[in-house]
Amino acid sequence: MTLLETRGLTAFYGDFQALYGIDLRLEEGETLAIIGANGAGKSTFLETVAGLLPAAPQSVLLDGKQIGGLPAAEIVRLGISLVPEGRRLFPSLSVEENLLIGAYGRDQAGYWSLPRIYELFPALAARRHVPSQTLSGGEQQMAAIGRALMAKPRVLLCDEISLGLAPIVIRNIYAALPRIKASGASVILVEQDIVQALEVSDRVYCFQEGRMSLTGRPADLGREQIHTAYFGA
Amino acid sequence: MTAWINTLLQGVMLGGLYALFAAGLSLMFGIMRLVNLAHGDFIVLSAFVILALSVALGLDPFLATLLAAPVLFFIGYALQHYLLNRTLGRDILPPLLVTFGLSIIIQNGLLEAFSADSQRLKAGAIETASISIGGGLAVGTMQLLTFASAIGVILALNFLFYRTELGRAFRATSDDPEIAQLMGIDNRHIFSLATAIAMVVIAVCALYLGMRANFDPTIGPARLLYAFEAVIIGGLGSLWGTLAGGIVIGVAQAIGAKIDPEWQILAGHLAFLAVLVLRPRGLFPRAGQ
Repeated sequence: MTLLETRGLTAFYGDFQALYGIDLRLEEGETLAIIGANGAGKSTFLETVAGLLPAAPQSVLLDGKQIGGLPAAEIVRLGISLVPEGRRLFPSLSVEENLLIGAYGRDQAGYWSLPRIYELFPALAARRHVPSQTLSGGEQQMAAIGRALMAKPRVLLCDEISLGLAPIVIRNIYAALPRIKASGASVILVEQDIVQALEVSDRVYCFQEGRMSLTGRPADLGREQIHTAYFGA
Repeated sequence: MTAWINTLLQGVMLGGLYALFAAGLSLMFGIMRLVNLAHGDFIVLSAFVILALSVALGLDPFLATLLAAPVLFFIGYALQHYLLNRTLGRDILPPLLVTFGLSIIIQNGLLEAFSADSQRLKAGAIETASISIGGGLAVGTMQLLTFASAIGVILALNFLFYRTELGRAFRATSDDPEIAQLMGIDNRHIFSLATAIAMVVIAVCALYLGMRANFDPTIGPARLLYAFEAVIIGGLGSLWGTLAGGIVIGVAQAIGAKIDPEWQILAGHLAFLAVLVLRPRGLFPRAGQ
């Protein structure tokens, strides 16, 4: 069943158009990867779906209902959570407070709770009371993912979670993905690392200059095909 | 010697009043980066609200403040919701202009309603009572009460900020308003609550201002100046620093007045300038700011 869908989604920064009509579908339980060069519009896409940038109502559908252009604070309540690029933890909050604020003002039932986040990322449990800025890059990324999970999302949007991290740390973080999926969340990953993206995703979308240039299952896509979709002919 | 200790003591007590002036300003700036140029006029407005309630209902000023606080809470919420939220954005000029305009409107509105006469909140015997603390020293009950209230207000605000879910939302919104929305936080509501709470702090402040000295519709801007100085001496974003800032001004004024009564006000401003030269970020700057 289609959980999230965008139809002809466009996005602008002032006069600059960043997305030119993106059609994308996320099925329940699926993991999608969005790849593409810098400036292709991948982050913009996630930010628009999350409500940080304006969108036409009919251009974003959740369970077939129009949610485009709703305020970000309402969209997260509907079950779409964004792990923003660059972690963006709250510096004046401790690690645990950062996790708690992920569920701000809501006490809905669901799989994720503080103990379960600490079980998922044991490194955070030991450092729960330190200021978030003292964490290593990998731990910060874990905290940012944990914070988004505390909202008990049906759709988890992850923006460049491997950016600037050592390969072993990236493996550690991606090791959490099966548990996250098992909790009932469907996932859209934006990834620079194509190998990583192809490995963990059910389907891949490639963006190029604000347009969709290629889509398919990783097994069906050839190296050459991806290369062309990524960089242009 | 006793005389000097007494001077210091009086200065510290006076610092409590300045910390109360500053707490509301610090709160609004800390959460929204909103510099409220009408802050001093809000204090005077609140003092008139308390005066009006206490005269109309024949109440003691303390009880009148209890009644005024919820009224001011809603005024604060509405003011932020309908007016000040619209001025917030990347540009820092609109909130300055709008609050500057509010300052003028409040002063003239109060002149219309209450005339230019000096007013005072009459608290009875407590105004002149004092407590002896030995060694020939005594502090005024009112002065002590002011100082204790300043500490009480700061403790309460710290509890709110660091021990409650709302406080977490205040800090998160202050850190990064964009990401705060992703947590399900409605920034505009958070900002309106911040101003509402600041108005309650202002009510407490107005109570002591009105009981300790005469006030009239034009004295707001001078209170704003003391509030700014206390906040900046203390270091932006630190409430205990604000108390320290208030005390620095209070002690400097007391010492100045002891040397020559004409020096009282000037000494406070000189202390502020000295701190600004020696520690431009204040005595207790918040880390990472």
